[in-house]
Amino acid sequence: MTQPLSGSDIAKKIGEKFPDAVTSSDETAVSVQSKHLLEVARFLKENLNLDFLNHITAVDYRDYFEIVYLLTSLKDNHSIVLKTRCDEGDAPSIPSVISLWRGADLQEREIYDLMGISFDGHPNMKRIVLWEGFQGHPLRKSFVLDVPGGGRKDRV
Amino acid sequence: MINMGPQHPSTHGVFRMRVVFDGEVIIDMEPIFGYLHRGIEKLGEHKTYLQNMPYTDRLDYVASMSNNLAYCLAVEKLAQIEVPERAEYIRIIMAELMRINSHLMAVGFFLNDMGAMATPLMYMYREREKILDLFEMVCGQRLTYNYMRFGGVAQDLPDEFMPALKRFLDEMPGFIDEYDQLLAENEVLLARTKGVGVLTAEQTVNASISGPILRASGVKWDLRKADPYSIYDRFEFDIPTGKNGDNYDRYRQRIEEIRQSVRILRQAMEQVPEGEFRTRIPTPFKPPKGESYGRVEAPKGELGFYLVSDGSAKPYRFKVRAPAFINLTLIREMLVGWKLADAMVTFGSIDICMGEVDR
Repeated sequence: MTQPLSGSDIAKKIGEKFPDAVTSSDETAVSVQSKHLLEVARFLKENLNLDFLNHITAVDYRDYFEIVYLLTSLKDNHSIVLKTRCDEGDAPSIPSVISLWRGADLQEREIYDLMGISFDGHPNMKRIVLWEGFQGHPLRKSFVLDVPGGGRKDRV
Repeated sequence: MINMGPQHPSTHGVFRMRVVFDGEVIIDMEPIFGYLHRGIEKLGEHKTYLQNMPYTDRLDYVASMSNNLAYCLAVEKLAQIEVPERAEYIRIIMAELMRINSHLMAVGFFLNDMGAMATPLMYMYREREKILDLFEMVCGQRLTYNYMRFGGVAQDLPDEFMPALKRFLDEMPGFIDEYDQLLAENEVLLARTKGVGVLTAEQTVNASISGPILRASGVKWDLRKADPYSIYDRFEFDIPTGKNGDNYDRYRQRIEEIRQSVRILRQAMEQVPEGEFRTRIPTPFKPPKGESYGRVEAPKGELGFYLVSDGSAKPYRFKVRAPAFINLTLIREMLVGWKLADAMVTFGSIDICMGEVDR
């Protein structure tokens, strides 16, 4: 069984090394400030053997974006959920973790394409599934679907 | 510079590779996605939980049952729904049949891409047809099943299913042995695949690659054992692994996994209990606020659904962790330095499905 590590315990560990990085934590996840993301991720990777990045997801909560990382150690069979936030704005951006996990490559591009968050330090930050010149980022809640034949423009 | 695809016969759908050649040797390549992008994640936010079920069929359309299962697990985790014993067994049977089906197609198309035009593929299709007949019995569909429901499955197994499954399981090992005998030591196959497209264990893990590709590189990681979901902890089976992580190992990996799936199916077939096949869930279905990540070891790797609920009838966020998409991360490293003819073989060995890559 993959053991999900408690977010509060992880938060303590991070707190010893980076005192002001953790913003909140509970049993399931630990949230950190986006400016400390890369160093915290490196710290966790090295200390907890988190060698596998399962997925990166961005969720649009209207006031802010939350980016969720699920990390697993294939060796010790445990996992943690790392979260960070970035403010909604014209050009939100957070550090890329591609230098730690190559698997972030396509996923970060996808988030940039669909959610409009750019990742600093990513070598190839451009749209991936939509074409260059597409207006807007469809997975944002502010992007309204214009459904032909029945859809309403004001419905979100 | 050559554009391979989007209508190249070996691109398994609509995938484009922009390849730079020096003579016949690939010196650079860039994958280009998006020809099959339908915005399923956005659509998911506009449909109710159950209405999303048919959309999951259309992700990896050669392994729809696995997609159904992963989505069910995510929603059941979110709303804490119990699944009856019988339904668990039915789900396992479907998921393992689906794995055999998907691996058969993967191996068939892999050989097809290599130039063994159609013959091995048709053998694979002969066996696949039997699996499709089984699926047709339980849900009436042959490709997009829409069979599983939150808390069980849509219908119980019909009476003729078990004898047909038994017949299939009796024939399958013999067929695989015969097939393997024909191909495993085939000189052309060995020459074309041994040592080509090598991925080391370290590379695959770092690039989040999962499924048969990861195991073919020698990493013993299978969610059915590592993080058993449903009732996988009740069955005895091995996790085969490769050594070199080349095209040949990836091919062998799938053949061995078919054998293990047959083992699981045999045990599941004998143990299926009588009883309910579905629990009642409240309608309208509104899971409590929260988030959940449900995942399965799909034929192509770790397939997960990340759902965020705001307490309404529709998911607030509907995210698909698509294995085939992430498995393409290292495609450039796998192809550069090899010849054009190897590119298609290596690409075939990754086993992608564009429905899942572009979503």
